[in-house]
Amino acid sequence: MSATIDSPSDIASLSKAAREKLDAHTYEMVQWHFHDSTGSPFWLQKKREYSFDPLKEVKCFDDLKKFPLFEDDWLRGGPVRRWMPQGLADKPAYIFETGGTTGIPKSRLVFEDHWIDYEVFSHTLPEKYFPMGSNWLMLGPSGPRRLRLAVEHLCQYRGGICFCVDLDPRWVVKLIKKGWMEHLEAYKTHCIDQALTILSANHDVKCMFTTPKLLEALCSALEKQGKSFKDTGITGIFSGGTEFTPQFTRFCVEEYFGGPPEESGIFMTPTYGNTLMGLACSKPVSAADGYKISYYAPQPRAVVEVVDFDDHTRIVNYGESGRVKLYTLTRELFIPGFLERDEGEREQPFDTYPWDGVSGVKPFRGIAAQTTVGVY
Amino acid sequence: MLNIPVIRWGKPYDSLDKDTIKHFVTGEPIAQVSQSNRGLIERDMRFAHKAREILRQFTIDDIIGRIKKAADLYESATLPIGDGQQTPEDFAKQQSSSTGLPEHMCRMNMPKNSFVLRNMDKILESLTRGLPLDILTRGYGSESRGVTVSYQAQAPVLSAVLPSNSPGVHTLWLPAIPLQLGLVLKPGPQEPWTPLRVFSAFTAAGLPAEVWGIYPGGPDAGAAVLGSASRAMIFGGTATVEQYKGNPRVQAHGPGFSKILIGDDMVDEWEKHIDLMAESIFINSGRGCINCSGIWASRHTKEIAAALAKRLGPVEVKPPDDPTAGLAAFTVHGQAKAVWGLIETELKEAGVTDMTGEFGPRLVELERCAYLRPVIAHCEAPENAIAKKEYMFPFSTVVKCPQADMLAKIGPTLVGTIISKDEQFIRHCVDATHIDRLNVGPIPTTRLNWLQPHEGNIIDFLYRNRALQTA
Repeated sequence: MSATIDSPSDIASLSKAAREKLDAHTYEMVQWHFHDSTGSPFWLQKKREYSFDPLKEVKCFDDLKKFPLFEDDWLRGGPVRRWMPQGLADKPAYIFETGGTTGIPKSRLVFEDHWIDYEVFSHTLPEKYFPMGSNWLMLGPSGPRRLRLAVEHLCQYRGGICFCVDLDPRWVVKLIKKGWMEHLEAYKTHCIDQALTILSANHDVKCMFTTPKLLEALCSALEKQGKSFKDTGITGIFSGGTEFTPQFTRFCVEEYFGGPPEESGIFMTPTYGNTLMGLACSKPVSAADGYKISYYAPQPRAVVEVVDFDDHTRIVNYGESGRVKLYTLTRELFIPGFLERDEGEREQPFDTYPWDGVSGVKPFRGIAAQTTVGVY
Repeated sequence: MLNIPVIRWGKPYDSLDKDTIKHFVTGEPIAQVSQSNRGLIERDMRFAHKAREILRQFTIDDIIGRIKKAADLYESATLPIGDGQQTPEDFAKQQSSSTGLPEHMCRMNMPKNSFVLRNMDKILESLTRGLPLDILTRGYGSESRGVTVSYQAQAPVLSAVLPSNSPGVHTLWLPAIPLQLGLVLKPGPQEPWTPLRVFSAFTAAGLPAEVWGIYPGGPDAGAAVLGSASRAMIFGGTATVEQYKGNPRVQAHGPGFSKILIGDDMVDEWEKHIDLMAESIFINSGRGCINCSGIWASRHTKEIAAALAKRLGPVEVKPPDDPTAGLAAFTVHGQAKAVWGLIETELKEAGVTDMTGEFGPRLVELERCAYLRPVIAHCEAPENAIAKKEYMFPFSTVVKCPQADMLAKIGPTLVGTIISKDEQFIRHCVDATHIDRLNVGPIPTTRLNWLQPHEGNIIDFLYRNRALQTA
């Protein structure tokens, strides 16, 4: 889309078109998930419990409000095939898990969504800093996580080869809960050592995924060696999470990278997402804008709303705080509204993403104290 | 509203991440405090060695002279704080507004810090047992008896993760700069005031700002301050103390469980000491680790508890600007209610008597804060669970226990006041390694002599006395 479109009427017309596309996509997905020939056993069972017929009564996105909230606890335990849409039954499936430090993790059945989401995201990356064909470092969680395979696919989709580390976030959470902070530091060092080894091995790595905590640890380790991040040769960083704050971004740009991308040659882009939704991209972040980070969901495959803390059916006004509510509308997964563990402020549409966004994302105040965030 | 920056080796840094301190009664914003991220602290710590290099350009005597001037400035001057100016009266109001302590207590606590600053020469002389202080600067030297001694600094800076609840703790880190070590402080979220005012007073007195790092922030900032330090202090609960037990890099300060033990030879005269007991429990709203949380005696315990309850039980909640206010507010939402829930359960145990219940409800919840009025509980035996507890308000148990069993059952005790003239009992108390500070005779647990070490000698923590020979 053109970056020159910025007048209110242009945005309004783009938003209208995006909304029409979302309505049509919603109808198509509901037909898929609730039709006996294509839907999953889970949603077909739910259909029998509802007092309305999704096939007849859900015709647009707003009609999704007829569904009760999705409860992520439904994803704990099996049989996992109850989530398999019959229309995809012949495809090889992956299981991606979230949580699981203690007890049964939440599992999401995936076929190709993680590829598609990251291919869509790939087109938002600036070629100058994320050169096609370059190798990547995945400095993030390994194991039964969507992120590990998704980042590797992103790298492959862009013609590169992805180097990975071993990082078990469940062990990290256990260390934190036990208060074994020295072990935690040792484990972090173990992960950073793996990254430093890869980066020192002449693999010509130019791009990486990592988290704010690990990026800080990597930069700190490099500086202890008398080097800077620039010495790694990495020019493009894709990161994410609620700890990716404006202050963190500014600190990295000013102190670790040595200036904004045009001076340092290093570009970092934040993202927001999870195993259920996919990947929300950020509006370009700049010093002029106070390093403000605003995320926009990959509509129509996923939608983000910012809703009233006490009434999830009411979207707050622009600039107001509220809880993040997610919708996932792909052939593989149907989530007609899920209250995330995060809150933020509602953001205006703009030309690249002519739909609502969310900024200032942080752990939801109602559960922040009980949540261990940003463990890797 | 004040804007308080991070202090990075003396230079202000305005973070994009800010925490707003609000008045605990009115909710009015008092200050916006810049928050530090972990990497920022770790990055700055690469230059920690410079702090000691800078301070070693001064003699310790010169530093002490300037600190005496800083003591006056701290107590009386209008000083720059963040983007504003702060009078001593502003300081008391601001500290009260965020910590919940009554304003007059904040005012009363200021001279404690300035006393320590003003008497730094005497304190260092006492703590070093008269060591010529240039030995600390040079690393070695000759004592008056002609023996070569060496004291080696174990870190270029003293780091500290400070609490929000008790302004009294600040005296513990004040000797660092005269000992020629820089300071890296992570203030408590509700109490940035004292570190900032001390920093401002030191700078105004001509000491270099470049030896200071003040890093407000969340738990990650605390972890970074501790993780990158060779010598650090942390203040927390029992779990924190346990976590750092045996770690030579970290001096953990936790609950005090301070007590008064009354010997059999004096217990029949308990009424003479009731003022001392009440003061030990009540002063500074019972917030400090040196406040008494247990009075142990073999008899008359019910009468002692009843007398203390009669004295303290009726104390009412008063506004923070009332000069007669004796109670501090709990400013963290839900904390007072949770503490009271624990106490209520403990009071139900067989053998425990709630002595203050008859003086009205203890938990007082207001719109934005809550208070706990004094609680005195009587325990028939040391085994009652509440006998081993300490809370952040005027709270004490009175425990019935034979004198012969006391030392075996009191548990860790930061300050132990022994009211007895029984030489054998006193000798056993002197030998008891689980009593940190010992007061022999009727001295309130809260009355400290600053010329003596508190929770370990800071000289031993920051310096290593090692062998050094010259030819």
